[in-house]
Amino acid sequence: MSTIATRQAPPEVAPAPAEPGRQRRWTRLILPVYTWLMIFYFSLPILVMIVFGFNDTQGRLNIRWQGFTLRWYRDLFALPALTAALRNSLLIAVISTIITIALGTMIGLALGRYRFRGKGAYDLVIFSAISAPELVLGASLLSLFVTTQFARGFVTIIIAHVAFSLAFVAVTVRARVLGLDPALEEAAQDLGADPWTTFRKITLPLLAPGIVAGALLAFALSIDDYVVTSFVSGQVETFPLWVYGATRVGVPPQVNVMGTLIFLGGVAIAVGNAVLARRQRA
Amino acid sequence: MSARGGRARLAPYLVGLPGGLWLAIFFVVPLLVMFSLSLQSGNAEAGFQFTWEWSNYTRAWELYSTQFLRSGAYAVVVTTLCLVLAYPMAYWIAFYGGARKSTYLFLILLPFFVSFVIRTASWKFILNDQGFVLGPLKEAGLLPQDFHLLATTTAVIGGLTYNYLPFMVLPLYVALERVDPSLVEAAHDLFASRAEAFRRVVFPLSLPGVFAGVLITFVPVASDFVNSGILGGTQTTMIGNIIQTVYLNSNNYPLASAMSFLLMAALLVGIFTYARVLGTEQVMEVAQR
Repeated sequence: MSTIATRQAPPEVAPAPAEPGRQRRWTRLILPVYTWLMIFYFSLPILVMIVFGFNDTQGRLNIRWQGFTLRWYRDLFALPALTAALRNSLLIAVISTIITIALGTMIGLALGRYRFRGKGAYDLVIFSAISAPELVLGASLLSLFVTTQFARGFVTIIIAHVAFSLAFVAVTVRARVLGLDPALEEAAQDLGADPWTTFRKITLPLLAPGIVAGALLAFALSIDDYVVTSFVSGQVETFPLWVYGATRVGVPPQVNVMGTLIFLGGVAIAVGNAVLARRQRA
Repeated sequence: MSARGGRARLAPYLVGLPGGLWLAIFFVVPLLVMFSLSLQSGNAEAGFQFTWEWSNYTRAWELYSTQFLRSGAYAVVVTTLCLVLAYPMAYWIAFYGGARKSTYLFLILLPFFVSFVIRTASWKFILNDQGFVLGPLKEAGLLPQDFHLLATTTAVIGGLTYNYLPFMVLPLYVALERVDPSLVEAAHDLFASRAEAFRRVVFPLSLPGVFAGVLITFVPVASDFVNSGILGGTQTTMIGNIIQTVYLNSNNYPLASAMSFLLMAALLVGIFTYARVLGTEQVMEVAQR
C-alpha cells in the first residue's frame, strides 16, 4: 500500500483528451483554484487566532482590530486561572502519554506478534474503542465513576485519556511490529543474546518510530480533548475546558497567544519529523 | 517463538494483559455500567436502584425527540456537504498533486495543530454580530443591523462542516490515489468523454473512500456538542448538549444514560443499514480490484 501511496502521477499522464484551445486551459484552473481556496478556508480560523493575538484590545472584547501590540505575549500568564488550566493540561498530557505508551506498546506487540486465544475479542475491543463516539466514552466513564462513587478530578481525567488514546497507540505500534523482519531477532538470539537483551537491543530500537508516533498522537489527543474530559473532570479545569467556558463571556487574547505557540510547536515537530524521515531515507 | 515451551505460550497473555485490563475496566465495564444505570430509578440525593426502568428510554424519546431528530438531520446535511466539498480537492490532489501531494495534505491537516475548541471559538469570533466581518458590512449598510449568524442553524452546520471536513478528504484521497491513471487513459482510448470516464471508471473505484469518509464523518457529527454549544443557540441544541446537561447539571444519570444508549443504538443501526444498502461486499470487491 505504501508503495502505491508514493507513486507519482505526472500531470501529463493523467486524463488529457485531445481537445486543445483556450477553453480547456481555462477550465483546467478550476480545480487548483478551488483547492487553494479550500486550503485558505481551512487555515482562516488559524490566521484569525494568530493575528488577534497581536490585537491591542481593551479587556476581553477581542472582536475588532484595534492596532498592533505585543502586550499579550508579555502578559501571557496574567490570568492565573488560565495558566493553571494550561499547566493541568500539560501535566495530564505528559502522565497519560507515558502510561499509554507503556501499555499501548505491549498491546501492539501482543497483537502484532502472537496468535492467541481471545485475540479476536481483543481486536474487536480495540476497534470499538477507536470508533466509539467520544460522547459515549465520556458518558460511560462518568457512569462508572458515579456508580462506584469514585471522586472525579485529576486521576479520573488521566484514566479517561489513557482509555481513549490506548487503542490508537496500540494500532500504531502493531503496524510497526507487523513490518518487523523476524530474521533480525533470530540472528540476535543465534549470537547468544537472551530474550530480554534481544528485546532491548533489537526489537525496541526497531519499534521506536512507531512508539514515537504513538506518543505524539497520545499527547495531541490528550491536550486537545474537551468532550471526554468535560464528563470526568469534576472541579479540575483543563485548557480546553477553560477556553470553552470563556467562549460565553469572551475569549481573552492570551488564549490566542497560547494557541499560536502550541500551533507553532506542533508544526515545528511535524516538519522536523518529516525532514528527518526524508534524510534517513536518502 | 515456538520452542520455548510454557513460558513462551504465556507470553502474549502477559504482554497483552495490562493494556487489556485497562480497556476492560475503563472501556467495556463502563458501557455495561451505563446500560445498568439506564434501567435504574431514583434521584441523586437518595441514590439509584436497579428496577428495570425501561420508561427511562420512552421518557428520553418523549422529552428530547426533537434534539435526536435534529442531530440526525444535521449529521446528514453536514456529511453531504463535506462529501461535495471534499471530493473535488481530493481528486485534484490525487491526480494532479504531483510531487507536492504530501504538502497539500499537510496544509489540509493544519487545523489539527490547533485545539478543536479554539478553532470553533475562532469561528464564533469571525461570525460575531459586530465582528470584523459582519461589523463593517453593517456599517456600510450592506446588511441590516439585526442580521446575525451566531445562534443560527447556518453557524452550527458551518462549524461542523469545517471541523469534520479533513476527516472526509483523507479517505477520499487515499481511495483516489490508488486509481491507476492508465485506466482513465484506457477509457479515453475507448472514446469515453472526460465526464464518462469519471462516472464509469474513477468514481466507482473511489467508492470505498466515499464509504469510509461518510462513516467517520457521520458518527462524530451526530454526537457532537461543541459546535452547537459554542456557535449555536436554543434552537440548534443537539442531543449531545442535552446528554451533557442532564448528566452534569440535572444529575439525572438514568435518563442521561438511556439517552446515550439510544444515540449509540441509533448510530449502530444506521451504520449497519448503510453498510447493507451500499453493499459492503460490492465495496470490498471494488477495493480489491
